[in-house]
Amino acid sequence: MNRGPSWFNIVSMVVGFAFLYLPIVLLVIYSFNAGRNVAVWEGWSTRWYVELMSNDQLLAAAWVTIRVALLSATIATILGTMAALALVRGGLFYGRSLFSGMVYAPLVMPDVITGLSLLLLFVAVGFSRGFWTITMAHITFSMCFVAVVVQSRLISFDKSLEEAAMDLGAPPMKAFFAVTLPIIAPAVAAGWMLAFTLSLDDLVIASFTTGPGATTLPIKIYSAVRLGVSPEINAVCTILIGIVTIGVIAASLSMKRKEVRRRRDERMAAAANAA
Amino acid sequence: MANEEAIRISELTGEPMPGGRETDLRARSRLSSRLGRLGLIGVPYLWLLILFLLPFVIVLKISFSDITIAMPPYTPVFDWADGVSGNLAKVKEFTLQNYGFLASDALYYLSYLSSLKIAAISTVLTLLIGFPLAYGMARSPREWRPLLVMLVILPFWTSFLIRVYAWMGILSREGLLNQFLIWLGVIDPANPLVILSTNTAVYIGIVYSYLPFMVLPLYATLEKLDETLLEAAADLGCPPWKAFWQITVPLAIPGVIAGCFLVFIPAVGEFVIPDLLGGSQTLMIGRTLWTEFFNNRDWPISSAIAVVLLLILVIPIVYFQNQQARLQESEK
Repeated sequence: MNRGPSWFNIVSMVVGFAFLYLPIVLLVIYSFNAGRNVAVWEGWSTRWYVELMSNDQLLAAAWVTIRVALLSATIATILGTMAALALVRGGLFYGRSLFSGMVYAPLVMPDVITGLSLLLLFVAVGFSRGFWTITMAHITFSMCFVAVVVQSRLISFDKSLEEAAMDLGAPPMKAFFAVTLPIIAPAVAAGWMLAFTLSLDDLVIASFTTGPGATTLPIKIYSAVRLGVSPEINAVCTILIGIVTIGVIAASLSMKRKEVRRRRDERMAAAANAA
Repeated sequence: MANEEAIRISELTGEPMPGGRETDLRARSRLSSRLGRLGLIGVPYLWLLILFLLPFVIVLKISFSDITIAMPPYTPVFDWADGVSGNLAKVKEFTLQNYGFLASDALYYLSYLSSLKIAAISTVLTLLIGFPLAYGMARSPREWRPLLVMLVILPFWTSFLIRVYAWMGILSREGLLNQFLIWLGVIDPANPLVILSTNTAVYIGIVYSYLPFMVLPLYATLEKLDETLLEAAADLGCPPWKAFWQITVPLAIPGVIAGCFLVFIPAVGEFVIPDLLGGSQTLMIGRTLWTEFFNNRDWPISSAIAVVLLLILVIPIVYFQNQQARLQESEK
């Protein structure tokens, strides 16, 4: 049979995607509105972008956010990859089900609970709150997302490659870096990007764990947004949307190209063997 | 980091590490493998124990404390300095009054009930919109599918806060939706629709924000659906709509369950959406917790709210974890 999509399928997709994209598109368009009144279109202008560049507070918050995101995503990727390896290749160990529970639970845990509990921990041990506490909080929840992403890749790949390397005398460490890591690299990269954007986005956990002097961009945006819609905030949001969109599309294109090259190499190797 | 692999193989085969005789060198490498495995498991384990599990114990502890006007604003229930006997004496001072307060003030239990109701209704709405979308994607030509999946994932990468904010400009009194409807002549300019600051806006916000979480698991199950089953049904004279209900829907149930959990659990504790899109009458427990903590600075009560919320969610969360673990096992 294998009929293509029916009319109903196409209409539901158009409606679904319009619902997903229309609000974002409208926000981007209205960030270029010349007037201060966001509901009335007064012509194209980049005025709000120019004004942003002189908003020191906002730029400072953006810088804090980027530093937190870079640092927390990198550490979360290392810890998350270790956690995935422990779950997939670690065999049985004491407290394994508790460990896997702690990896999955943060994926659905409401932010208010995670934020409150981490804050109370930091207060209990007397940590001064700020940059480092936000970073630690972000590592904790994003490493679990990394672990899940890497885990699914580890499960699907052929373990015999790793075993072959070790049979040929590669020490386990070397086998990991020479064989396993290149194979799971796309998942590790995707995990890093996910961790980075999760950190970039987070409002609730950062609000609980922040201290004086460490205001992140979402906290700043949130306090402005509570007062209502404003064109400057539209412009900030548009810049963020642009960065994320370009990043995601570039990453997926480069992964696709690598995949194509890998397939071609495999074909050539097979042809060389046959000859 | 793959040290544990070698260890595992040698344990499985009951033989020493590959390479024959166990020399001094082997023994040393075996020891380092064991240490490697220990580090591999131990480091993330320890991190999660300290920064995920321990904080819950502290929340539980503080929920039994009294509020004081100090910083931090609660009387510590335990203190290492007190020693064992001092702490045992303090156990008697455990107070359940925070929980009593939660039960006595209608604000709290109404918040819980209303959160569950809003989350449940939003989950059903998300399923109603997400299922046709996922079904359409799964029926699309194979070469379109990666692009369509990408289109679903892309908004998920975009900031949650920004996507909620985008709706504020659309739903407000002078917002784009009202302008559009006035332009169409459907509504009277003097009497625009009031959507922002109502529960309707909260439903829209939750459905919009969590739609990718519903669509992706649904798509994953629908894409794997064996088309020959539908062909067989058609050959035997089954009308398409009946085949849909009797074959497609039952086979999609795992995806439906996964999607519903992924929407329902976080939606119950949602804070940003009810705060920005809801009105003063929108009660949701995440928002109540936030207010108690940041505005009233009542840490013990907020802790008690968190504990009860966790107890409400623990059954769906554990169920979700088991599902995930089973899914991962079945893919091995």
